[in-house]
Amino acid sequence: MAQGPDLNLDLRRLRFGGTDLFRDLRLNVPAGQVVAVLGPSGVGKTTLLRVISGAERQFDGTALVGGQPAHMAPMPGYVFQDARLLPWLEAGQNLRAVAPGISTARIEELLASVNLAGQSGAFPHALSGGMQRRLALARALCVNPGLLLLDEPFVSLDRTIVRELQALFRAVFAAGNPTVVIISHDPEDAARLADRAVLLDGRPARIVADIPLPGPAHARGDATILELTEMIRRTGTEVTP
Amino acid sequence: MNADANTRRHIDWSGRSLELLSLPLLVLIWQIASLLVNSRFLPSPWAVMQRVGELASDGHLVDDFAKTLVRAFAGFVIAMTLGCLIGIALGRIRNLDRLFAPWVVVGLNIPAIVVAIMCYIWLGLTDVALVLAVVINKTPLVVTTLREGVRSLSPDYDELARTYRMPRGRYLRLVLVPQLMPFVLAAARTGLSLVWKMVLVFEVLGSDGGVGFRVGVFFQFFDMGGILAYTVCFFVVVMGLEYGGLRPIERKVLRWRKDRI
Repeated sequence: MAQGPDLNLDLRRLRFGGTDLFRDLRLNVPAGQVVAVLGPSGVGKTTLLRVISGAERQFDGTALVGGQPAHMAPMPGYVFQDARLLPWLEAGQNLRAVAPGISTARIEELLASVNLAGQSGAFPHALSGGMQRRLALARALCVNPGLLLLDEPFVSLDRTIVRELQALFRAVFAAGNPTVVIISHDPEDAARLADRAVLLDGRPARIVADIPLPGPAHARGDATILELTEMIRRTGTEVTP
Repeated sequence: MNADANTRRHIDWSGRSLELLSLPLLVLIWQIASLLVNSRFLPSPWAVMQRVGELASDGHLVDDFAKTLVRAFAGFVIAMTLGCLIGIALGRIRNLDRLFAPWVVVGLNIPAIVVAIMCYIWLGLTDVALVLAVVINKTPLVVTTLREGVRSLSPDYDELARTYRMPRGRYLRLVLVPQLMPFVLAAARTGLSLVWKMVLVFEVLGSDGGVGFRVGVFFQFFDMGGILAYTVCFFVVVMGLEYGGLRPIERKVLRWRKDRI
């Protein structure tokens, strides 16, 4: 995986549904950091991710990825809230759709890395929900991204699959040094995976807390995770009006 | 699970048996009906098959079908191409749709025979006039279907394509066209059946040959055997196109769907 870029967001104004979703929101993420963005539904977390990906360009201000405007920066790996696989393409073809030059051997290797070995010829509808998410992760990884954007990657999945996916993410983060932005509403996701938790609230959304999380995420034990989860939750309650 | 599979297999088999029985049942009813009424009004299936042999050997049958097939094929291809392009444009560009939607409504509701007569008056009793009439009648249906297809395109896939920086060609091939294919196929299926009927009626109205023309001649001589002989052959051709053309294409293009055809 490529070395991650730094992110510099300075969103002076972004309107959504007739109101300002963001006004004077600034967020800087150093290269290689894993940052979890937490907040209530509708606060603008997904829109923030779309700005970073370059898909959202209707705003005043700047969104720089590695010093370049987001839409001109190298392609990020993006895991959407739904798996958003192209249902008419087989698993391997879904990877090839975003990375046409990828070799068959590399596809097999990536699928194996997300525990989908031998599923290259399967259509998405033949895969379970958890398998579809893993395939979406493989698709995000196949573009060799320095920037990984994960939008609620664990939503509506059962606990076992969430644990499995989190282990997979930790392995992926450890294998390279990507910059990662994880959107979630669950502080535990941040405690398990992130180096830093950013809490958004209000409309226009503002950063109500920016919490550095100690130690490498993969080295945290259950007790530490529980403690950090509580700390993030408590902070969120304290700073939210 | 095994019981489920067995039940499903049983239902599949029963369904297929019924499908296979369908045509022999029709022929049987025809045979019985031909015994009950005057054979001049309804010849038996065997008599009709003998008439098919006679018509095929004198050369008319093949010539007439060749003419009708060429006209239908030309009308179908042109109407599908135009309809797809216009439908996509109207589905994509709101103002264009506002401007031309009433035209589509007029096109959908204007009687086919009126269009054919106008084309024949303007262009004479020519193949061009006939094909043009088919195109004018058929295109609005394709436009409507494709416009609905474009309106139902998922913005989520557009976002996926934008996020992964898909170039235009790849976006069209992998994202847009596959979403529209069910609509194109639906338009082709309804279109094909409509085009056949229109070509035949227009041939009766004015042409120098073709299935419709010949059926018109048989009608003037009250030749029910000839009419049924052409009808049977027509049915064979249509079924050949359905099972040898459309269905295999549908199966291939839509094989990703859970509800397979």
